[in-house]
Amino acid sequence: MNAVKTKSAKKKRLISNIAAHTFLTILATIWVFPIFWIILTSFRKEPGSYVTSFFPKNFTFDNYINLFTNTHILNFPRMFMNTLIIAFFSCIISIFFVLSVAYVMSRLRFKLRKPLMNVAMILGLFPGFMSMIAVYYILKTLGLSEGAMIRVALVLVYSSGSGLGFFVAKGFFDTIPRALDEAAYIDGATKWQVFTKITIPLSKPIIVYTAITAFLAPWLDFIFAKVIVRANSQYYTVALGLWKMLEKEYIDVWYTSFAAGAVCVSIPIAILFVFIQKFYADGMSGAVKG
Amino acid sequence: MKNIFPKLRPCRHSGTISALKYGDNSTRLSAVVMGLKHLLNKQIAKGLLFLGFEVGYLVFMITKGFHLISELVTLGDQVQGEVYNEAKSIYEYTSGDSSLTILLFGIATIGVTVLFIRLWQVNIISAYKIQCKVAKDLHLNTFKEDIQELFDKRLHILLLFAPLTGILIFTILPLIFMISMAFTNYSKIDSKLILFDWVGLKNFIDILNFNSSLGQTFWSVAAWTIVWAVLATALNYILGMLLAIIINRKDTHGKSFWRFWFILSIAIPQFVSLLIMKTMLQPSGAVNTLLLGSGLIDSPLPFLTNPTWARATVIIINLWVGIPFTMIQVTGILQNIPHELYESAKVDGANSFVIFTKITLPYMLFVTTPYLITQFTGNINNFNVIYLLTGGAPTPVGSTAGKTDLLVTWLYKLTIDQQYYNLGAVIGILTFVILSIVSLITYRSSGSYKNEEGFM
Repeated sequence: MNAVKTKSAKKKRLISNIAAHTFLTILATIWVFPIFWIILTSFRKEPGSYVTSFFPKNFTFDNYINLFTNTHILNFPRMFMNTLIIAFFSCIISIFFVLSVAYVMSRLRFKLRKPLMNVAMILGLFPGFMSMIAVYYILKTLGLSEGAMIRVALVLVYSSGSGLGFFVAKGFFDTIPRALDEAAYIDGATKWQVFTKITIPLSKPIIVYTAITAFLAPWLDFIFAKVIVRANSQYYTVALGLWKMLEKEYIDVWYTSFAAGAVCVSIPIAILFVFIQKFYADGMSGAVKG
Repeated sequence: MKNIFPKLRPCRHSGTISALKYGDNSTRLSAVVMGLKHLLNKQIAKGLLFLGFEVGYLVFMITKGFHLISELVTLGDQVQGEVYNEAKSIYEYTSGDSSLTILLFGIATIGVTVLFIRLWQVNIISAYKIQCKVAKDLHLNTFKEDIQELFDKRLHILLLFAPLTGILIFTILPLIFMISMAFTNYSKIDSKLILFDWVGLKNFIDILNFNSSLGQTFWSVAAWTIVWAVLATALNYILGMLLAIIINRKDTHGKSFWRFWFILSIAIPQFVSLLIMKTMLQPSGAVNTLLLGSGLIDSPLPFLTNPTWARATVIIINLWVGIPFTMIQVTGILQNIPHELYESAKVDGANSFVIFTKITLPYMLFVTTPYLITQFTGNINNFNVIYLLTGGAPTPVGSTAGKTDLLVTWLYKLTIDQQYYNLGAVIGILTFVILSIVSLITYRSSGSYKNEEGFM
């Protein structure tokens, strides 16, 4: 009796196991399919966006070479450098802004603390680019809408509002035991010293998280870039350039190079993203483990 | 200085009014000559700073500011003119007013004024404090000590100064600017792009009116936006959770192997993956080629060209984008569900479906309501998926919005492509209203708000 029961239970388990694994395999295939396809396309010899067969007939490396050497219409290496410079500076500013605001909201007590946090929540409910046109005119008034200043304008666009995104870092700071701060105060430390000598050294996961998130923003955004850069193609960012390659006048020639560009951009971003996940998880599990 | 107000009550008060009420002569005079009290009490640097700001503000207001604010009333009426210059025998242009510049500078001036009033209050309160300290014979901070205080007691001012300036100039100022545009006729219609006027609530009435064609477009776009946001959020949530549960089953082998494939799809930049999907789903794209080749269909499927298909497609593609996010978010929380709950349910003979709907889902809903609200907000404002996949298309002839357009993508088209700035601003405000109402209701009726004690 007992043996029969365990046997049927085993069988049941086996069936559900097979079902689960088949299901996961199908899903994983669906999820990887577009990625697989774009990698194939990036090595495809036949040009154009539409194909008659799923697998390329001939493979080539020319799309990558074309992307980096054919620079007189769409200059991919320059787009890459533009984005890198913008990402670097907006990352530095954002780290400073986010950590400052998060520390203030987490540790310091003053009259406007609650109101400021509520305002930050409310501002988050407005569609971000509702004010895009206004931002453009403000940048124009400040003389940042022409020539090389466009880069400065983009840095400002990506970093100036970053102070609003303090919630994750604040949550992290909240987990650092206050006893550490108090011990330092007893030893005569100022709040500035506590911030720079205790909180920041303990916050590596959240600093890395903030840094990568801020660094990635210029690579991923093309909405603001499109409005601010407009037709100045020498200041295109990567996202804008790739988007351009799929416009009607370029797509037939550039589609396979677009695929190559997409692969080139996605690999470093994907690696950074996996890093974020790790640091995000570390950040969420608290600062001081015990 | 002799005090002509003898009933001086010492210093149990704060605030501007009481500072003026109980302040002595020089404190009160500080309201006119800012920094006076500080200068009289040897806080030279601080006093000069206050005085400098006052002089700077007054000079600015007299030379420009008052004019800028007064122009806000009409938003300018000088039309750019053509004057025939007989000497050169050409038409010359006289510069006209630009309502947009007037509006921007006017709002900025009001902003500066508000900040100045705040500084003026700080000045008076500070003057009153000096008076109190002198009366009690307490130590007055030197400038150096004031600076040191910025690193200690007033660290929040030091740390918040730069971030707040950034937010003020690049988030709040543009927002007020855009909100005020909703009350003007700034639009390509009637070529009001250079000179425009205040029109009160007219734009709101036009858009909310069921009978006008604009109103009908708005209501249909708004309805689809809500349907989209509810479906996208709910499906992502439930399916993402199921995926996480299946991966986390005790008997699933290679948990991190499976997770990796799904995380990979998030790691690819959205604009890349969505643009790829777009080309793949075209009538002659990869998916149709594959299906035609395998003989499953006879003619290409209209993924993005037929309205109903397009709506279904964007929801499904959004699942591709969203499910891995949910999976990551809920994995940790799922493992926190107390095991005893499952054990006792099994003892009572519940099957997996009952366990999911009676235990897992309620528990998860309780814990993740804030996450759901963010997801919902994100989906209402989900610009990328719609704009990159369909661009709002298919668009009925003569309409400004397509069948898959959300309020945000419609807003984008109205402002960037069509230059109906006023209508775009109205839609932005209405989106905000919808979002705040929905978030507030969900948050208030959620378990985590009603009962902060915890689940069970």
